[in-house]
Amino acid sequence: MRYLPLTQHDREAMLSVVGAGSIDDLFVDVPEAAQLDGPVHGLPDHASELAVERHMTALARKNTVAGEVPFFLGCGAYKHHVPASVDHLIQRGEFLTAYTPYQPEIAQGTLQMLFEFQTQVARLLGTDVANASMYDGSTACWEAIGMARRITKRGKAILSSGLHPHYVSVAKTMAKFTGDVLESAAPTLSAETDVADLIARIDADTSCVVVQYPDILGRIADLSELATACQAKKALLIAVVTEPVALGAIKSPGEMGADIVVGEGQSLGVGLQFGGPYVGLFGCKDKYVRQMPGRLCGETVDADGRRGFVLTLSTREQHIRREKATSNICTNSGLCALAFSIHMTLLGEKGLRGLAMVNHTKAVAAAERLAQVPGVELVTDRFFNEFTLKLPTEARPVVRTLAERGVLAGVSLGRLYPDADELKNGLVVAVTEVVTDEDVEALATALQEVLA
Amino acid sequence: MNAINQSGWKPQMNAREGGAPMTSTGNKALMLEEALIFEIGSDETCGVDLPEVDAAASRLGDLARERPIGLPGLSEPEAVRHYTRLSRQNYAIDLGLFPLGSCTMKHNPRLNEKMARLPGFADVHPLAPVDSIQGALEVIHQLAHWLVTLTGMHSVAMSPKAGAHGELCGILAIKAALEACGESGRKVILVPESAHGTNPATAAFAGFTVEDIPATPEGRVDLAALTARLGPDVAGVMITNPNTCGLFERDMKAISDAVHEAGGFVYCDGANFNAIVGRVRPGDLGIDAMHINLHKTFSTPHGGGGPGSGPVVFSEALAPYAPLPFVEKHGDHFVLVEEETARQEQHGSSFGRMVAFHGQMGMFTRALTYILSHGADGLRQVAEDAVLNANYVLRRLEDVLDAPFGGSGPCMHEALFSDEGLAEGFTTLDVAKGLIDEGYHPMTMYFPLVVHGAMLVEPTETESKAALDQFIDALRSVAERAKAGDASLKSAPHFAPRARLDETLAARKPVLVWKEQPLAEAAE
Repeated sequence: MRYLPLTQHDREAMLSVVGAGSIDDLFVDVPEAAQLDGPVHGLPDHASELAVERHMTALARKNTVAGEVPFFLGCGAYKHHVPASVDHLIQRGEFLTAYTPYQPEIAQGTLQMLFEFQTQVARLLGTDVANASMYDGSTACWEAIGMARRITKRGKAILSSGLHPHYVSVAKTMAKFTGDVLESAAPTLSAETDVADLIARIDADTSCVVVQYPDILGRIADLSELATACQAKKALLIAVVTEPVALGAIKSPGEMGADIVVGEGQSLGVGLQFGGPYVGLFGCKDKYVRQMPGRLCGETVDADGRRGFVLTLSTREQHIRREKATSNICTNSGLCALAFSIHMTLLGEKGLRGLAMVNHTKAVAAAERLAQVPGVELVTDRFFNEFTLKLPTEARPVVRTLAERGVLAGVSLGRLYPDADELKNGLVVAVTEVVTDEDVEALATALQEVLA
Repeated sequence: MNAINQSGWKPQMNAREGGAPMTSTGNKALMLEEALIFEIGSDETCGVDLPEVDAAASRLGDLARERPIGLPGLSEPEAVRHYTRLSRQNYAIDLGLFPLGSCTMKHNPRLNEKMARLPGFADVHPLAPVDSIQGALEVIHQLAHWLVTLTGMHSVAMSPKAGAHGELCGILAIKAALEACGESGRKVILVPESAHGTNPATAAFAGFTVEDIPATPEGRVDLAALTARLGPDVAGVMITNPNTCGLFERDMKAISDAVHEAGGFVYCDGANFNAIVGRVRPGDLGIDAMHINLHKTFSTPHGGGGPGSGPVVFSEALAPYAPLPFVEKHGDHFVLVEEETARQEQHGSSFGRMVAFHGQMGMFTRALTYILSHGADGLRQVAEDAVLNANYVLRRLEDVLDAPFGGSGPCMHEALFSDEGLAEGFTTLDVAKGLIDEGYHPMTMYFPLVVHGAMLVEPTETESKAALDQFIDALRSVAERAKAGDASLKSAPHFAPRARLDETLAARKPVLVWKEQPLAEAAE
């Protein structure tokens, strides 16, 4: 077996050193009834690299590759071009095969990268600080709700109807066990977000208001008044960003007054990967840092006075605090954070803002083109790179038919909200820099034919 | 462009090296200092060329960004150099033995990486119509089949994002099952003192009260004490097997039977599954739920702290409560069971969704590649070699380091030592830092908590005998210095990119984001 260096001769020599007659002697503590007498039945034996590659390639070929067709899916996962150097660098063995940096003297590479990542994320989200990553946006979102409960000592969270329905589901699952009360609703197919309604609902029991920006339909709304209203009632405003590239073009939630800003960082560096692994972004105001979940990297000095970095404030974490920890999270998403950070460094201020404008410009042009398809109506008026169309018929079968024709048209709201009849004609379309004019034309033409 | 660590290096730092010549850069040949991107990048630099677009009317309204973000950019050559230089300040499996107990730092096969990057896996959207992603669902289904078969369990939830998330999945299923049968009065989860910190944190998050289970002098769960504590208030136990002392819980089946008899459930922390994969099926030990760290047993890379992946296998009793979504095979067709279909198809008792989308697909492709490479025979050999390597380390070092459970029989995949016998004032930390100078990542320190100054060594099966012999000699020499009171060990490491770092300062005055005024200068 190519990954096992011990030879039979080594094994025999080592067994004799440890005083065992056979390998079975080392498993004497396993009760006989639980011992398998040979390899697990019903599974194949080892295979060569070539054979495995053939097997996996055959499976991969059964999927429609986003980059090979006109592609318009978003709703929490976006296809962006990732520079070749990103994937090359994250495959450096010193990053790829390192562990969590618990021994900082020999992990400064990971630690400095995390410190840079935290700074980039905090600046992007407009928060004072950010942590070293969470699993993904949805888990970062419910961790933020839990954090708001600890800070405000209140148990009711108001979720905007524009929050990604998977994020709502995750929060509801957790709330069943933590006892938080969650108020949520499906969105309406209109240009208006529910910010005014959210403001009206904040009361003395509200721990937090959770609002997605841009929201699930692609809409963007000013959060400043909502932030002020939260502050007045001593509730926290949690903003959720599932498309971080947007923040190159629009104001950050932090600068509009959000207390905690979480996000999905997949757009930068990570790729679609059928939903994971992704990277959760988590930022907040300085005063809440000791209630944050997850790992934090901090600057310090070594015994010789040189600058260095360490994991810090670990008294919040499970390996120190055990049952009193702020979260049970241990492994996070370090390598995806690295990919995010490298992509962000390659872009820089100029590149991110430029990329955001390319996305927005292409999306506006696509929205206008698609709205010309007979019977199709553009629902969203203020948006970044994702918008919602109202079709004259149910969108879900249309999406399936278009997929059969080789066009991945977007995400139907019927898929996301199977119970909401009034949303079933809705189609959410994302347009990033990878979409060409020909792709838009292909979608418009195919849509027109399918709807005719 | 200046690549010197501007805030850090000062000429007098070389003084302790007894006359070694100073360098003006702070670099020492191949040991290179590297500044932060905020010190070397600029707002105007960009390493990406963007497509040209015709200007169009904005749809951003008054939300258009006005303030700068503050993101420095680097050109591609600068970026490649920055991250390459940073990478060289890391220790990694690719460089040498990484004996971090309980972490299973085994070789990460590169075929896994290649397969995960096939466009058919890497460039597929999670919400694409299911007919267009049948291959992705088939990967999940095949991996699920392997995991269920290897563990002898009933079913598996694939979506948890890491081990701790898997623990949460298992504990939530237990809670849902108890509620479903009107047993929500059971509020106590019993956890051995030797457990990973995530166990009590998880149980507490789910609203349980955590109580310790005592251990026997030989390092195993005290069955009599456990049985005595069981009762109508106990929801279940969380037990790591093999345990964190590196021992197989001989009484596991008896523990499970007793817990079931008392109306509770058994959660097994599967972090140490590598020791028994292919030799023991947890399902035969009465386990109700167990997470499997794909990033440990099944070789997906740790990546400097993730991403992981923590599928959870379930017994028949807990299976109905497993989270959404999951993949089912209907004839030749793979179906993704989400909220909608779950209701239609009588999966209504699922406790709900834990993540957006479907879990760590990128880790599934890697783990399946690894599993297919080894096959059933190879995986059994993995466990045997992992256990043999650990016993070899234990027996070859127990004359110089105290092995508190060395008399409890063979160890499993990891060897546990204590700080007993080190010279006055010398600690496990000193041994660990001394090992760094010898070119090794240290073992897990001060865990498990049940052993004073614990040193937990897990070599894994991907080390050769020659590599083990070298490591054993290195650890022996450091241990002997610690026993002899060699003062130079107190200031180790001497040859790493940094000397010991001031963690107290970092926690007392947290600097978590870069600021213009570097800490080292500000402190003067």
